[in-house]
Amino acid sequence: MEYGQNISVKQADLYYGDFHALKNINIEIPAKKITAFIGPSGCGKSTLLKCFNRMNDLVEGCKITGEFKIGEVDIYKTNDVNALRKNVGMVFQKPNPFPMSVYDNIAYGPRTFGIKKRAQLDEIVERSLKQAAMWDELKDRLNKSALGLSGGQQQRLCIARALSISPKIILMDEPTSALDPISTGKIEELCGELKEQATIVIVTHNMQQATRISDKTGFFLLGDLVEFGDTDQIFTNPKNEKTENYITGRFG
Amino acid sequence: MTVRKIFDEELSELKLQLVKMCRVTEEMMADSITALTQRDYELAQSVVYLDKKVDEYEMNIEKQCLRLLIKQQPVARDFRTVSSALKIITDVERIGDQAADISALTSSFKEEKSFDCPDLIPKMGELAIKMVKEAINSFVNENPFAADDVIKADDEMDDMFDEFKKQTVEKIKQNSQCADTAILFMMIAKYLERIGDHAVNICEWTKYNESGVHVKV
Repeated sequence: MEYGQNISVKQADLYYGDFHALKNINIEIPAKKITAFIGPSGCGKSTLLKCFNRMNDLVEGCKITGEFKIGEVDIYKTNDVNALRKNVGMVFQKPNPFPMSVYDNIAYGPRTFGIKKRAQLDEIVERSLKQAAMWDELKDRLNKSALGLSGGQQQRLCIARALSISPKIILMDEPTSALDPISTGKIEELCGELKEQATIVIVTHNMQQATRISDKTGFFLLGDLVEFGDTDQIFTNPKNEKTENYITGRFG
Repeated sequence: MTVRKIFDEELSELKLQLVKMCRVTEEMMADSITALTQRDYELAQSVVYLDKKVDEYEMNIEKQCLRLLIKQQPVARDFRTVSSALKIITDVERIGDQAADISALTSSFKEEKSFDCPDLIPKMGELAIKMVKEAINSFVNENPFAADDVIKADDEMDDMFDEFKKQTVEKIKQNSQCADTAILFMMIAKYLERIGDHAVNICEWTKYNESGVHVKV
C-alpha cells in the first residue's frame, strides 16, 4: 500500500466526548492542488485537517469513524503513524521553530528518519530552504538560532522544515493569520510553487486568501461540509444559501 | 439579521444611481423623438447637452463600483451585482449617445422645407424607451423573468427595423429625390434598433446576477 497525493474521506464522523464535531463527511481532495477549508470558528475545519495526519489521536475522548484514505492507505487502519507523518507534513497557525539553529530545525525530521550523513543533510537543508525561497536569506545564518528570525521568516522556516522530509501532502492550519501582508504574500506565493510537488490543504479565515490561492474550497458549518467545489464557483456562484450567506458576511 | 448593513445600504445607493442615470436616458430618448416629429430643434439641442449628464453618471457610478470592490471585496451575489452594474453603465451610456445622435441628425432636417416622419419611427422610439426602462427595472428588482420579456420584445424591434428598411428602399425607388432624408431616417431607425440591443445586454446582466452564468442572447 502506498501513500498517494489525493485524500478520500468517506462517511467520517468525529466526536469529542459527547460533542459531535464532524458529521458524515465525504470529500475527495485532489492531488497537487490547493484545497481551502473555510467556515466560522468551531465548524470543524481544523478538526478535519488534523485527522489527515492523526493529530487528534492524542485528544482525550476523541472518537473517529469512517474511512480516511491517502492514496491507497487507510490511515486509521495503519499502526505506522510515523510513516503517515513522513508523508503528511503540517504547518501551524503560530510559527513554532525548535529552539535550535536554522540548520538543525530543517535537519530534525530527516535525522528522525535515520539520515545521519552530513553531506546528505547539507543537501536536504539547502534544497528545503530553496523550496521555501529562503536560501539566499539564510545561507549565511544556518548556525544562528531560529528564534532570532522574524515571525514571517519563522513561519517559512517551518514550511521548509515540513518540506525537508519531502511530504506528499502539506497541511496548513491558518498559516498566515499572525503575519504581516508581505510575509503573507510570500507564503501564498510559496504555496503556488509547492503545489507542483505536493497537495496542500489549508484552513483559513481569510476568504480573500482562499480565493487567491486555492483551486478547491470546502465550506464547513457546525460539523457539516456544506459545500465543496471549485474555488471560482464557490466565490462567484455558490450553490448553497448557507455558503452564500457566510462568504458575503450575512451569516447569523 | 444582516451584519453588513452599511454595505447593503451602499448597494441600494448604487442601484438608485443606476435608475437615475437610466431616467435621464429615457428622457433623452423621448425628447429626441418629440424633437424629430415636431421639428423642435431647441429640444433636440437640449438632448445633446443632456448626454454630458449621462457621462457624469457613468463616471460616478464607475467610481462607486470600484470603491465597493476595494473596500468591501464582495463575493458571490454581491460581486455579481457590482460587476454587472459596471457593465450595465457602459450600455446605458451608449444609449445616451444614440439618443444624442438622433437629436444631432434631427438638426440636419432644419433646411428641409417639409418632411414626413415615417410612422414606424415613433413606434420604434416608444418600444426602445419601454425596453430600456424595463431592462433596468429587471436588474434593480432582481427579476430575470422581466428580463426575458425585454429580450422577447427585441424581436419586435428587429421586425420593425426590417419593415422600415423595406419601406425606405421602396420610397427611394419611387422617388430618388427623397433619398437624402430617407437615409437620415434609416440611420435614426438603426440607432433605435441598437438601443434595443443595449437593453438586451442589460437584461443579460440581470440574468447573470441571478444565475451566475453569463449567456449571450
